[in-house]
Amino acid sequence: MTQQVISANRLGDGIVVYLAADSSWSESISGSVIALDETAADAMLAEAKQAEQDRVIIDPYLIDVAEVDGEVRPIKYREFIRATGPSVRPDLSKQNYVPDTGA
Amino acid sequence: MYIYDEIDQTMVDQRVSQFRDQVRRRVAGELSEDEFKPLRLMNGVYLQLHAYMLRVAIPYGTLSAEQLRKLAWIARKYDRGYGHFTTRQNLQYNWPKLEELPDLLAELASVQMHALQTSGNCIRNVTADQYAGVAADEVIDPRIHAEIIRQWSTLHPEFTFLPRKFKIAVTGAQTDRAAVKVHDIGLIAKRDAAGELGFEVIVGGGLGRTPMIGPTIRDFLPERHLLSYLEAILRVYNQLGRRDNMYKARVKILVHETGAEKFTEMVEREWEQIRDTAVDLPAGERERIAAFFNSPLYDKVEDAAGTLVRHKAEDANFAQWVDTNVAAHKADGYAIANISLKPIGGVPGDATAEQMDAVAALAERFSVSEIRVTHEQNLVLPHVRQDELYAVWQTLKSYDLHTPNLGLLSDMIACPGMDYCALANARSIPLAQEISERFADLDRQYDIGELKLKISGCINACGHHHVGHIGILGVDRKGEEYYQITLGGSGAEDASVGDIVGPAFPYDKVVNAIETLVDAYLDVRADGERFLDTYRRLGADPFKEALYGVN
Repeated sequence: MTQQVISANRLGDGIVVYLAADSSWSESISGSVIALDETAADAMLAEAKQAEQDRVIIDPYLIDVAEVDGEVRPIKYREFIRATGPSVRPDLSKQNYVPDTGA
Repeated sequence: MYIYDEIDQTMVDQRVSQFRDQVRRRVAGELSEDEFKPLRLMNGVYLQLHAYMLRVAIPYGTLSAEQLRKLAWIARKYDRGYGHFTTRQNLQYNWPKLEELPDLLAELASVQMHALQTSGNCIRNVTADQYAGVAADEVIDPRIHAEIIRQWSTLHPEFTFLPRKFKIAVTGAQTDRAAVKVHDIGLIAKRDAAGELGFEVIVGGGLGRTPMIGPTIRDFLPERHLLSYLEAILRVYNQLGRRDNMYKARVKILVHETGAEKFTEMVEREWEQIRDTAVDLPAGERERIAAFFNSPLYDKVEDAAGTLVRHKAEDANFAQWVDTNVAAHKADGYAIANISLKPIGGVPGDATAEQMDAVAALAERFSVSEIRVTHEQNLVLPHVRQDELYAVWQTLKSYDLHTPNLGLLSDMIACPGMDYCALANARSIPLAQEISERFADLDRQYDIGELKLKISGCINACGHHHVGHIGILGVDRKGEEYYQITLGGSGAEDASVGDIVGPAFPYDKVVNAIETLVDAYLDVRADGERFLDTYRRLGADPFKEALYGVN
């Protein structure tokens, strides 16, 4: 089976998040827990549905990933853009964007 | 400009309060996402690829300086410092937080703005000619009737759950800058032989997966009957539009399948029932609304045109901008200044908060505090004295808002595409940027002349690709971005739907393909022909041959 992770959007701010091994939700796909088989994927999806019930996240779903050079990378380009940010605004990417807190 | 009365203000304030409570209930778990989603959509809140997106209504594309300044402030406070002007003359914020949206909407309401009916199966934000009130070839300022339609259609109880969304565009001019023939209803103001004001009524145009040029169902509708006639059209559609299949639910499908003649008969029959009822606006109310759109008192300036000529002679770059981006104004000594949001290599339609503030300040000082948003994703200062254009341009220049490319190849429409949009199959913006950079030499663009290039990242056609002289449609082919090219479309008064030229191109071949098409046009064009004219004269063959080597 293709490796999979769970992606969703956080309820409060809509930001893309991934289910992590400690059941928290990581903004970075590198922090996601990877399902190696269907049983694991089903269990993760069930956990995500509970998080949806608990109003932590919305619209969870499994995405296919591959490990490239030790990094988790979505296979579909759409998911790659979700994981990294708009391709046309590197300044807003998950890696680079620093919110202006007015401080 | 129209100013809210107490009823308007109370309504938008109440909606903010309702939405605040709806968000509270959602976060508290009293509403599920399934229950909440239609409520947030009714307030213009979508969930896109990266975050929530808020679509703010800019009725008929008219903004005050105060409103634009507020949009800039909101971009800084609640978003990431920019906004995206759309082909619906609206503004989209890409990163608002759900928890902050009630406060954001309250800020909008404080300057008489909202996000109502920017989503959902209702009558959407009414659009109009961006030169409304200042165009030299205008019969009447179309914003008067756009505002009347806005008031009639806002929260209209009968038309809140239509079979599908419904878009109305109005123009008062002969030159169609509002794409009225590709709207659910397009209205063109005209006068009959007796001088009476009325409208040509076009129904059933549209883009999306089934592009159609709308047929005229009435050559002349006396102005006083506008609302009852619109109501009759909407009633026929509401009753007979297909609710079983969302892809066939737009009024264009109903008009097409019923036949324009029969559809018209049904509308006329319905109209006979309601034409002399209270649906139409009393003359006094029409005059009250019209008064908001009276022309400002223009200055009588000694030799404004002469000063402009002198400024042009002194600065070639300014002269180039005037020749390309400035349009004739109905008042002596005045001009319409178009502000391109398409710098070479930029994101079409995006404006930073600093740019919005700069334009607001220019409007206050030089344009009676008024700004227009165009469906081609640019801004307009509608009332600039000719002798003050140079000062306007100098400020625009310092904010990278001075690109002299209006109507040229790099002045393209592009939807947000897969960089932002959850529906998209392919990216639009980076393609637009690469094409713009390939044709960065403005002299080359001037030589090419008017060329409307429009890019959509999916078949929903927010980028209006069907009506581009050259249209580009992004498709997903086994996970790869491919792009279908159409030729010969137009969204203007000579409206037509473009033809697919041949097999689609992968992302990295598209810019070359566009250059090949442009070169083929330059080889065969006759004197004075635009790309579109050459295509219409010769058909697709020379372009197919250039692209694929065969006819």
